[in-house]
Amino acid sequence: MHLAAYFPGVNNTTVWADPRSESQIDFSSFEHLARTAERGRFDFFFLAEGLRLREHNGLIHDLDVVGRPESLTLLNALAAVTDRLGLAATVNATFNEPYELARRLATLDHLSEGRAAWNVVTSSDAFTGENFRRGGYLDRADRYTRAAEFVATARELWDSWTPDGHSRPFAHSGRHFTVSGEFTVPRSPQGHPVVIQAGDSDEGREFAASAADIIFTRHGTPEAGRVFYADVKARLGKYGRRPADLKIMPGVTFVLGDTDAEAQENASEIRRQQVSPQNALLALEQVWGRDLSAYDPDGPLPEIDPDPDSALVQGRVRHEDPFVVAARWRALSEAKGLSIRQTVIETTARQSFIGSPQSVAAELSAFVAGGAADGFILVPHLTPGGLDDFVDRVVPLLQERGVFRSEYTGSTLRSHLGLAEPVWKG
Amino acid sequence: MSANRPLHLAAEIGGPPHYDAGHYLALARLAERGALDYVTLGDSFARPGLDALSVLSRIAPDTDRVGLVPTVTTTHTEPFHVSSAVATLDWVSRGRAGWNVEVSTTEAEARLFGRRGAAPADALWREAGETADVAARLWDSWEDDAEIRDVATGRFIDRDKLHYVDFAGSTFSVRGPAIVPRPPQGRPVVVLDGTSAAAREPAARHADVVHARATTPEQAAAIRDDVRRRAAAHGRDPDTLRVLVALTVDLGDAETAPEPGLESGPLLAGRGSYFRGGPVDLAELITQWHRAGAVDGFHLTPITPGRDLERIVNGTVALLQHRSLFRTFHPGGTLREHLGLARPAARYALARTAGEEA
Repeated sequence: MHLAAYFPGVNNTTVWADPRSESQIDFSSFEHLARTAERGRFDFFFLAEGLRLREHNGLIHDLDVVGRPESLTLLNALAAVTDRLGLAATVNATFNEPYELARRLATLDHLSEGRAAWNVVTSSDAFTGENFRRGGYLDRADRYTRAAEFVATARELWDSWTPDGHSRPFAHSGRHFTVSGEFTVPRSPQGHPVVIQAGDSDEGREFAASAADIIFTRHGTPEAGRVFYADVKARLGKYGRRPADLKIMPGVTFVLGDTDAEAQENASEIRRQQVSPQNALLALEQVWGRDLSAYDPDGPLPEIDPDPDSALVQGRVRHEDPFVVAARWRALSEAKGLSIRQTVIETTARQSFIGSPQSVAAELSAFVAGGAADGFILVPHLTPGGLDDFVDRVVPLLQERGVFRSEYTGSTLRSHLGLAEPVWKG
Repeated sequence: MSANRPLHLAAEIGGPPHYDAGHYLALARLAERGALDYVTLGDSFARPGLDALSVLSRIAPDTDRVGLVPTVTTTHTEPFHVSSAVATLDWVSRGRAGWNVEVSTTEAEARLFGRRGAAPADALWREAGETADVAARLWDSWEDDAEIRDVATGRFIDRDKLHYVDFAGSTFSVRGPAIVPRPPQGRPVVVLDGTSAAAREPAARHADVVHARATTPEQAAAIRDDVRRRAAAHGRDPDTLRVLVALTVDLGDAETAPEPGLESGPLLAGRGSYFRGGPVDLAELITQWHRAGAVDGFHLTPITPGRDLERIVNGTVALLQHRSLFRTFHPGGTLREHLGLARPAARYALARTAGEEA
């Protein structure tokens, strides 16, 4: 089993109102969480990225955690206070250029002695593009062709030094990039930093099967996980890769208690904190695409239909047809007699592992043994102490079960993941 | 009166490339032991070496006081990313970040990106000035007390304290606000080499510290006066900027006599001022120029970092400290405090409160 720690940032997973919640930006918070993950012998630490503050109805979203550091800069600093932990940065392939980013990633791999990872994400978003020279003009399909060419170009640069430490000229000419010259950084300790891909679309799965070392998913139930796992692993063969070459790691939350019942109570309380009355109305507006601020969060769902052409929400991707979601929410609300806030609490819960340490350890083990994942990216709800209990109480049980390492056996992230160094393409 | 100005000292720690943190950490710690204001690490996309900002970020947690000033170029980078990275360096170093603004003039650098051809220095420096300008606006775009965590209203931030910068430059535009909350120094320290004519104007407008090559105290004083006059013309208080003479130093064999002719000043060589002599001679030169009121300090580039920085710290700096010309410890924690520069107020906060009072 592989484990990673996510720094809970800009989303409503984080319970910032909890008195134990500390700074979301001071280095001490990142250091605490990373050291905890390393104490737990985790594979890596994972940072998301922000390129434009989210807006709702033309106003900067103010209800969740806002603001975060730049990933690669922060991870270089974390390399100083950790020894073995992998360090994964989310960096957009749309608003960066291959030469500069390949150089920064190779630098992190050198400075961390082989612990760098890159979570490749894309954007087609003109809203985000307003902060960049490139602007936003890529259509959805081009996002992935650019990302694929971006990764391929980065790999050409990482391979452009000879094994005896000399730089060779590179030249890449493609649809999105025409670049040439000499790379300034020798091949890094891992050969190539580990590449992570997040995304569930068909193009995203194909891209991951062809080019990624890890795929970060949202499939948190065993059933959905098994279907996804089988699908993605089956795609590897046509790229000459084996199933073990791509690790599948869903992002999951967890809630612990001394007993399963206590954990359920804790989980309910956390959900109530995550879905404040204001957040409940906001979630509703995000589906309906309308200003619903006049509604009572403790009252019934609105009877009007969603606005299909709404531009209410920006900076967040819509995954589903709002009419379908609204119909599902209404049905649930009527069947159970739920208010707006209660409906949101029920429908927006991410699949979590809730229970005593024994139960959670057993569930996580079963999930992996059942072919639904190779491991997990854990998203705690508290900063920075949200992983402490897991490491102190669940990790030892996983180690007793023999499903998780007790000591690091290697020093690089590739060695933790059991991934071979990429073949050097001269 | 000017002779009483505090002396500021900084050193470059780049040189032949190293691909591990240990080399740079040892040099930064040495500079820190000498109570130097800051270390710089030069960078370019076209010569072997690691990304400078990443290196200084890597060594930030292992140092305590010394300022950390990477070169970050503005020609092929995204201003929004640059401002975020420098602000993050300020967060991880707890207020010790600076940014040496540079441009990329060559066709070789342009080909690495394939986005635009090489451009004349004037245009690149104008863009660099705009990048420094928008970075400062982004750093100001969060008021210091924007994070409120108000449980009653469910609000994490007060959105009235976040501001769009709506910057339109000659080659880019940025909407804002920043993603990174306002860094500990308010604005990290902006350093710019104002030796060239094209860079002088952006230096006077946007830099906190100006490096300038000079071969005589008179020449240094003239550059300093020019930068200060230009800064004043832009509505700045000239006392909010520091001018440091940039000197490449070769301390060779420890106590040999300086090259003939150096008694009156360093030799002009290559790109600018070059000093060769012993650590004591260098201390003499610094003392004379500083007493003459010509400079706020020196940015020293050791020709061989490992050897020469050790001689600078244990020889030159020790002597300056013995003469009470240079401090023996860092009395403050941030780079701005070392330089005697106030933490700037956020401009949008000032505008907003002025509006409320009107």
